[in-house]
Amino acid sequence: MSLRTDLGKVRGLGSAKEGVGHWWSQRLTAIALIPLLIWLIASIVPLAGAEVRIVREWISEPVNSVLLLSLIVAVFHHAQLGLQVVIEDYVHTVWLKLASLIVVKFLAFGLSTTSIFAVLKIAFSG
Amino acid sequence: MVQWGSHMAEFSLPANSKVKTGKTFKAAAGAANSKKFQVYRYDPDNDENPRLDTYEVDMDTCGPMVLDALIKIKNEMDSTLTFRRSCREGVCGSCAMNVDGTNTLSCIKAIDDIEGDAKVYPLPHMSVIKDLVPDLKRAYAQYTSIEPWLKTTTPPPPDKERLQSPEERAKLDGLWECVLCFCCSTSCPSYWWNGDRYLGPAALLQAYRWIADSRDEDTGERLDNLEDPFRLYRCHTIMNCTKTCPKNLNPAKAIAEVKKLMLARR
Repeated sequence: MSLRTDLGKVRGLGSAKEGVGHWWSQRLTAIALIPLLIWLIASIVPLAGAEVRIVREWISEPVNSVLLLSLIVAVFHHAQLGLQVVIEDYVHTVWLKLASLIVVKFLAFGLSTTSIFAVLKIAFSG
Repeated sequence: MVQWGSHMAEFSLPANSKVKTGKTFKAAAGAANSKKFQVYRYDPDNDENPRLDTYEVDMDTCGPMVLDALIKIKNEMDSTLTFRRSCREGVCGSCAMNVDGTNTLSCIKAIDDIEGDAKVYPLPHMSVIKDLVPDLKRAYAQYTSIEPWLKTTTPPPPDKERLQSPEERAKLDGLWECVLCFCCSTSCPSYWWNGDRYLGPAALLQAYRWIADSRDEDTGERLDNLEDPFRLYRCHTIMNCTKTCPKNLNPAKAIAEVKKLMLARR
């Protein structure tokens, strides 16, 4: 039981004075992903069934490498921003919320660095 | 009070909130044109679950609006039915409830617009005090928290009111008409799951009403108080608020304007 006033509860810990950065990043990455995904699909569909050597050559083209790296950064940043919101919306058990947020952030970081490393390795080793 | 659970997002009602079938009240003998109203009932004075009572209302002797039917039920069929009402013309916001699956003011909801039986529930996902009366304490506190009054540093002119150009005044149209019925906030899933921290569309539309007021000099402070991942940014723009508003206002647009100002001042 709490005898705290409703206004006291609503004011709570005060405003975090942030949120606009998260909101804007989510929209920026969304905008970036539209042309990047169209480019990706248009590029890899013709490569379906191609030899590994051909695909590696395609990846190591500087334009393709740069676009792939941009795509990887945008995808994983966008995904972790979005999943963070989903978790904050629905998971209210404190430890589970924290654990889920940590897992999502670590996964996004790990998967994106791994993907970046793969592209760079192919790009620089030909 | 029936608790709707505030700890986890919940997708089914807690056991003590499950709605049982209630009593049926027949229309008076000789009623040729009756319509069934299925009304949510909850009595805080016993341990029973909420129930859905059915009232067969004689439409030939009933006014045109859902509120008319509720008043007729209370006067002629079952005086224990409890609901809020005052103006009966859509300006006070008291009789907000969920009618036919949509939050609205029962006094301006025409019975003729409802196909089949009319289902009448309290506003969704609020604690229920009794029958169709939800507990709005927190919603009012959220309204208080946005400080809904003119805040200025410049003293008022000694001989006249603070002036506003017609263009400046026009910016308040679509905002001042809000009657604080909370149909919008209680239609919003984000408010259902995080209403303890998310201010909800009603309070945010009101916040923007003061931000948009050319006479107010506290815009920056107001934005500071809103800039928060929960208070403002739990709005994910699904627009249930705008769809349900019985006054045809657009809380989603007001929230979007606040988000635009957050970006503009970076």
